[in-house]
Amino acid sequence: MKRRNFLAKSVLTTAGTMLIPNFLKAYERNQLGLGVVPSTGKTLVMVQLSGGNDGLNTVVPYRNDIYYRERPTLAIPAPNVLKINDEIGFNPALASLKSLYDDGLVTVINNVGYPNPDRSHFRSMDIWQTASGADQYLPTGWVGRYLDAACAGAAPRQPYKAIEVDDTLSLVLKGNSLNGLAMLNPQKLFNQTQNGLVKGLANAHPAQPEGNATYLYKTLAETVSSAAYVYAKSARMARPVGTTNHTYPATELGNRLKTVAELIQSGVGTSVYYISIAGFDTHINQAGQQERLLRHYAEAVKAFMDEMKATNRHNDVLLMTFSEFGRRVKENASRGTDHGTANSVFLVGGGLKPGQGGPGDLFNQAPDLTNLDDGDLRHTIDFRRIYATLLRQWLNANDVAILGRKFELLGLV
Amino acid sequence: MSRAISQQHLQHLHWRAGFGPTPSPKPDTRPLNQVVRGLIRPGTLFAPLTVVDSAQVVNVKAIREMFIQGMIDRDALKARINENTGHIRELNTLWLNRMSSGEDALREKMALFWHGHFACRVLNPVAVQQYLNTIRQHALGNFGDLLMAVSKEPAMLQFLNNQQNRKNAPNENFAREVMELFTLGDEAPQPPKGEFQRRQLPLRGLGGYTEADVKEAARAFTGWGFNAGGFVFRQQQHDDGLKTILGQTGAFSGEDVIRLLLEKKETARFITTKLYRFLVNDDTGNVPAQTRITALANRFYANHYDIADLLETILTADWFYDPANVGNHIKSPVELVAGMGRTLGLRVEQQQSLLFIQRTLGQILLYPPNVAGWPGGRNWIDSSSLLFRMKLPDVLLKAAPVLVQPKDDGDVNTEALARTGKGPLRATVDWAAFEANFADVPTEKLPDELAAFLVQQPLGTAQRAEVMKRIDPGKPRSEQIRTLTATLMALPEYQLC
Repeated sequence: MKRRNFLAKSVLTTAGTMLIPNFLKAYERNQLGLGVVPSTGKTLVMVQLSGGNDGLNTVVPYRNDIYYRERPTLAIPAPNVLKINDEIGFNPALASLKSLYDDGLVTVINNVGYPNPDRSHFRSMDIWQTASGADQYLPTGWVGRYLDAACAGAAPRQPYKAIEVDDTLSLVLKGNSLNGLAMLNPQKLFNQTQNGLVKGLANAHPAQPEGNATYLYKTLAETVSSAAYVYAKSARMARPVGTTNHTYPATELGNRLKTVAELIQSGVGTSVYYISIAGFDTHINQAGQQERLLRHYAEAVKAFMDEMKATNRHNDVLLMTFSEFGRRVKENASRGTDHGTANSVFLVGGGLKPGQGGPGDLFNQAPDLTNLDDGDLRHTIDFRRIYATLLRQWLNANDVAILGRKFELLGLV
Repeated sequence: MSRAISQQHLQHLHWRAGFGPTPSPKPDTRPLNQVVRGLIRPGTLFAPLTVVDSAQVVNVKAIREMFIQGMIDRDALKARINENTGHIRELNTLWLNRMSSGEDALREKMALFWHGHFACRVLNPVAVQQYLNTIRQHALGNFGDLLMAVSKEPAMLQFLNNQQNRKNAPNENFAREVMELFTLGDEAPQPPKGEFQRRQLPLRGLGGYTEADVKEAARAFTGWGFNAGGFVFRQQQHDDGLKTILGQTGAFSGEDVIRLLLEKKETARFITTKLYRFLVNDDTGNVPAQTRITALANRFYANHYDIADLLETILTADWFYDPANVGNHIKSPVELVAGMGRTLGLRVEQQQSLLFIQRTLGQILLYPPNVAGWPGGRNWIDSSSLLFRMKLPDVLLKAAPVLVQPKDDGDVNTEALARTGKGPLRATVDWAAFEANFADVPTEKLPDELAAFLVQQPLGTAQRAEVMKRIDPGKPRSEQIRTLTATLMALPEYQLC
């Protein structure tokens, strides 16, 4: 408190902000009445399906003979498919998502991938997270570089503008200048920063001001102040954390989306939330496992969007779902599928351009199973075009600077 | 330099050329060049690390077939497939424990460097074991020999798809990475993380080669493959036509390409720069660093890529001990854990605990993220990894509960790596041996003596006060030592060496 008073005073007396250390974070700045950078008011929620979700059994080409021929045990019988049009429909486990689709809240983008697809989980996820080409290795993620751009220049450094709902931080949220924040929930992170040395050293400086020690202390200070800010915001909100009156399924994704909903309602000002769920690497006995995962996914997303609708935020919140690759068209001998290439991406939210998200209205054609690349789907949309579109048209950011080159926008949002 | 080396410099040397010093009541009074030679030639023979032989490798295809035939159930199938992962896990902890042991420390440190340089991850435990022993064996030898040996490792050939590189159907992956990541390099110099600068995306051709060179080199590597016995050259798959590579034309083989790459000075410079970042300072964007790297690279090239000579030159240079180069390297997770092990004689009871720590902090030995290795430096540090690093001494030395869970990366073959194992992370420390080294130190001087030994940076006043707050002078001396050690190891300064 003393420190804050001292700083408040020094700001008044020097009539400027130049003397405030750059890593004195937004929480302190807010206390000083310096405000935060106005955001677009739009929120992006990324849901990553780790392991390579089987796209063909997610969005099912139920009129396609090749599909039924290549998947004698795994193909979803046509009568069970939740039909989108007279070609494709959702896996029956996605009934909750289908109801959102019927409300005009879901856009399906088919055949999303990248040139020279990599079939290794780690490498392909790297490519999706860093938004690199298949032959590039980048040490930063696309959301991290968005964060760099959003906090550049005179803008305050706000790690919490990008939050991963997890205990550890993925590459995708690491930028050059700034990293996002990982927290399973605000309380847990806050507790971690209230213990022992972490709290005691939150405002300390290293004896050697040059070099990496300063970087460590800067990270520590930003972590502690961001944790305090997010926790204070979420604790002050009308509907306290943990008492949501909307019902979320008691699954991992349900819990995490509930945390996201609470943070959105608290007005914390986060632009991007990131969640990943695993289990989609279905080499063996795929059917039951994938159905369970897809059902959990759809029920959690439905609960989340229901809350957004009920609080009239559904036009400002967009949820995107992807997986690092799809799976091969032909099933394997273990009633499973092996690593493949292009896949479908879902965008869920009411802010989509009219006519692009309505019932029976897909963004593009279903995969062409007559034109495969050695048994794999060919991509027709580079995933970075979706990122570019979301960055520019949803988050109002410079997509070219963040992605390193120009990608044609999709005109979606 | 033949003068005796100060304690602080000696600690610096042991941290950079190994996994940290062990405490000793008697100072090492040998001159610097002798200490360095002792590290380079410790007088022990190279010993491979062995956990598995080829008979124990589970053939995943055959096991799946048994499952399909109904001979085994799903649980048995999973258990058999996990046996392979289990062997790699054993190898991982065997290597990590060897780093902690301090035996042949510079070899293990350089093997860690080469593991990041020739990064490779495959699921066959025998291939992984052989790859690991190849980089360990050549770690201090000749870079040309190392490059040739690792390029012929089944693990690397599989990881970079060279089994699919055939005459008339070339696969360029292997040739591209050999040029871009193993020898010539192609990345523009990066601004240090944390400075806001628009990062340039890597540009092609900075290492002095073109896309055409990659295509031609791929032709030369056709026919390089492996079978259960190791490397094989398949003559009938090899394209023996004329190729033009790096300006020279001939009916080149894969071996010729490696020779041509070693003839390029860019290779010496690329390796030297990377090693300078690893051993000296990750900031190479200044004139003194560039001058040193140029001199080192010239020497490395002139001495036909003698790694030991390069190391001796670096480790005995005056500038290696400049204050700007001391206590400024962010320890990788493996350096951190092996360092705690080395200093305290710490043994973690369950293998799984060591895997869990590596996974939570973002560096699992034998599972690098991709062929480019770990980015390192400031990339190790984010809010979560820093908080966990500061909690780690409590977890390991005081059995504090672990409250975080690393994420599952989605691959069924590695999901076991994310598990914590049973109960708390139990570790044992040889406290009696550790304490004995400080027997001559008066109790009131313990904080500063221990800090000088454990931390490579002076402590600030706030840090010292935090440490002092935790000591109860009424407690027995040995308890004070333990509290001090755990506290000092939790400081941000301990993340540096």
